[in-house]
Amino acid sequence: MNYLPNILFAILLIAGFGYFARNVRKLIRNIKLGQDVDVSDNKNIRWKNMARIALGQSKMVKRPVSGFLHVVVYVGFVIINIELLEIIIDGLTGTWRIFSYFQGFYGFLIGTFEILAALVFISVVVFWIRRNIIKIKRFWSSEMKGWPKNDANIILYFEMVLMSLFLIMNATDLHFQAMNSGNVISQFIAPWFNGLPETTIHLIERAAWWMHIIGILVFLNYLYFSKHLHILLAFPNTYFGKVKPKGQLNNLEAVTKEVKMMMDPNIDPFAAPAAGADAEMPAKFGASDVQDLSWVQLLNAYTCTECGRCTSECPANLTGKKLSPRKIMMDTRDRLEEVGKNIDANNGVFKDDGKQLLGDYISTEELWACTTCNACVEACPVSIDPLSIIIEMRRYLVMEQSAAPVELNNMMTNIENNGAPWPYNQMDRLNWKDE
Amino acid sequence: MSEQLKVPTMAQCMAEGRQPEILFWVGAAGSYDDRAKKITRAFVKILNMANVDFAVLGTEESSTGDVAKRAGNEFLFQMQAVTNIEVLNAYEVKRIVTACPHSFNTLKNEYPELGGHYQVQHHTEFINDLLKSGKLKIGNASQLKGNRITFHDPCYLGRGNNIYEAPRDLLKSLGVEVVEMKRNRQTALCCGAGGAQMFKEPEKGDKDINVLRTEDALETQSNIIATGCPYCNTMMTDGVKAKEKEDSVQVLDIAELIANSLD
Repeated sequence: MNYLPNILFAILLIAGFGYFARNVRKLIRNIKLGQDVDVSDNKNIRWKNMARIALGQSKMVKRPVSGFLHVVVYVGFVIINIELLEIIIDGLTGTWRIFSYFQGFYGFLIGTFEILAALVFISVVVFWIRRNIIKIKRFWSSEMKGWPKNDANIILYFEMVLMSLFLIMNATDLHFQAMNSGNVISQFIAPWFNGLPETTIHLIERAAWWMHIIGILVFLNYLYFSKHLHILLAFPNTYFGKVKPKGQLNNLEAVTKEVKMMMDPNIDPFAAPAAGADAEMPAKFGASDVQDLSWVQLLNAYTCTECGRCTSECPANLTGKKLSPRKIMMDTRDRLEEVGKNIDANNGVFKDDGKQLLGDYISTEELWACTTCNACVEACPVSIDPLSIIIEMRRYLVMEQSAAPVELNNMMTNIENNGAPWPYNQMDRLNWKDE
Repeated sequence: MSEQLKVPTMAQCMAEGRQPEILFWVGAAGSYDDRAKKITRAFVKILNMANVDFAVLGTEESSTGDVAKRAGNEFLFQMQAVTNIEVLNAYEVKRIVTACPHSFNTLKNEYPELGGHYQVQHHTEFINDLLKSGKLKIGNASQLKGNRITFHDPCYLGRGNNIYEAPRDLLKSLGVEVVEMKRNRQTALCCGAGGAQMFKEPEKGDKDINVLRTEDALETQSNIIATGCPYCNTMMTDGVKAKEKEDSVQVLDIAELIANSLD
């Protein structure tokens, strides 16, 4: 017997999953560059959010057309991947469609896969048309030029090719066609190959089979370099997403300590700090680079699939301002990747490259345009919170650099002096009563 | 409105040895802004009509720090918060009602971690409760007959805290035709004032946010734009002016609509 194909298959499989695992480790390391944050609360709500938003696609269908198409592709991909199990067993052991042992059920299973494959193919073609022919506005914003645009199309081509190979592989499997069970779609493709010698048809079948599995492994490894990571990260991201009311911003603990100290009349201002107290103080307030953000915010960045629903709802963006919540997420990921590569190149230690997220990626003009209205957070189908990053960076600008716009500095001075954002006399606060 | 309002302060109540049930948090806009002061007075009129046992902090009230926090000044926010909490806790305040969604959100969500635990309501929720319990009755809504009203969701009430129906229920209780803008509830467009924008010029763009939102409202052919936030009120009023519609379209807080329908 010739074991060459089996060995080749095993090597492919190990290489494919091995390289993927390597990149997943890198991904986790990069996410962990973020600050620690406690997300151990509200476990029930978190599981429910994951089930509802990621598994149940509840936010996707808020936009019915793209939502419906997405559900088709999502369900198709998840279910068709059951077939992967059979392919792996067949590939390793040299069997032919091992699950066909369960005759009737097998027909039902493959029939379902075939219908889904056809539906996924159609949906992906519609997606491509929406992007490239209808040119839906959110896919053509300034941040979508170059790689992000190509990335989106490459994913669509991948899916078209994989679905086609699956159907061709079934159509050219003469034995499977002869069974005439489960070939609901492929029976209509099979006649295309009529008249070809049987050996050629077999060759096409083998080629399609191999290209299909190789394609899946390549696609798996493409994820790390693509916005398509959301197919995996949407699940943890919706679990770790915000569970508090959207209007609530976190209170900086480090600030609370300082404020309490300032307000405490019993504290000795000249007292030497307790041992180890300095280590607790954060290096800075707010965020100027990705390492200052929390790891959940970094996970957000890797999860973003650049759909642009956030930006298309953002009041600042809708009125022509530079701010785009999607760009905030894309910039965060790009900078994080840059920092990760820097660490790889310097034996595991980050070497200052003279760059940071603030200024080199995200401008102050973008940050100050935000109305904190939470439209982006509400719109995100996978619970990403661009607003939290904007606020962290504003905190850095104001508390570390005193770099707020002049009018805001005036506003804050007024609050300090007279307890209102306008320069009114505190003693006039009740005048409205008699006016 | 020149009628005399009963507005006890917490200090007076304390001097009289009594504890009011409700603290009305007026907020900086409601205290100083000429337009917002009318909303404040309208709400107090409702409180008086319903004989609500309330008080205000008066000159002891200070900015909640909401706007400072959103501008990035966490220090200033927490200083304001801790100071306010000290005052509120000293008066043993349990329940707060406010006509400002920003104060509402900050008091309700951001003060507890800093030691301020209160039951906080937005005035639209509070008025709704008054109507439901029969303490308040819409006496005369006939003057509103024939009006079309559209409601602009304040971000910090709607998306921020998931309160969408209380203000709408109030409008329905007035028996007027309520029409929704194309962007409403979860997808409502911001008026443009939040996140400290109220206090600065907008960044360069091709339009002002309040004008875009006013266009949403005008599309509904309404002649009254109802709001539930003093900042939204200012922004929408300016938007109506920018569109030169101030003769045919009014911007009114829900408290004003209710207060005018009580007689």
